[in-house]
Amino acid sequence: MAEIALRRPPSPGAGSYWRPLPPCARYALRVNLVDAAAAAGSALPVATAACRASVQGDWAALWLGPDEQLLIGPEPAGAAFADAVASALQGVSHSVVDVSHRQGAIEITGPHAAALVNAGCPLDLDLAATPAGFCSRTVFAKAEIVLWRRGNEHFHLEIWRSFMPYLAAFLSEVERELPGQGGSRGA
Amino acid sequence: MLLIPCPYCGVRPELEFSYGGQAHIARPQTSASAEEWAAFQYERVNTRGPHAERWRHTHGCGRFFNVVRDTTTDQILRSYRSGER
Ligand SMILES: [Zn+2]
Repeated sequence: MAEIALRRPPSPGAGSYWRPLPPCARYALRVNLVDAAAAAGSALPVATAACRASVQGDWAALWLGPDEQLLIGPEPAGAAFADAVASALQGVSHSVVDVSHRQGAIEITGPHAAALVNAGCPLDLDLAATPAGFCSRTVFAKAEIVLWRRGNEHFHLEIWRSFMPYLAAFLSEVERELPGQGGSRGA
Repeated sequence: MLLIPCPYCGVRPELEFSYGGQAHIARPQTSASAEEWAAFQYERVNTRGPHAERWRHTHGCGRFFNVVRDTTTDQILRSYRSGER
């Protein structure tokens, strides 16, 4: 069931500013960051700064809270990675839960990326408030998302699967108001 | 919309938060009288002016924390973590 739902991603229009990303592996890591730092020195990707992502090789750790991280990586990694995390945090109270299929991702790029995100998300997307590397759980229209600003004009949205069609429709609708390739104004 | 300073995440729009009522209400001992329990359950201050209250950064870090808000102006005077004063 999960497979089927995940692998039928929403489709943006031609020249759209957003696109669904292929499936990837995701883990919800709950651990006290102070304890995690003590167990560091391993290959464990952990973001220690508040609301910042830390990228290590193929893996990214997104800081979601003082004891919560979202780990995102290439899909076939799976069990081996979870085991690596578990062994790196041996003796430290923590939990690692595979949430790969709980959510999907949409990428928004280009000069109007921030405008498109701000159409549904109330965060201050000025670079002074949310520079590249910023990440947070937040809201987008009526859905809860995780927003990760990978670059000044490059956003990564983690969206729970059942909200994906709604968000895709929302983005497609809003995009029509934007100038350039993504817009179909006057067409 | 209020801009609420989460002690963990910084200033965020009100949409990300949920309200948690008056702060610093201590739970009575189990031996407390019915009146004390009733007060704990139902009696609130209804302050006009600075009011200490709990908020939760529901669509953010998920943490409860405290805010002092002026109920006449909605101005937020400060915010601090749970367990602090
Ligand atoms: Zn927060």
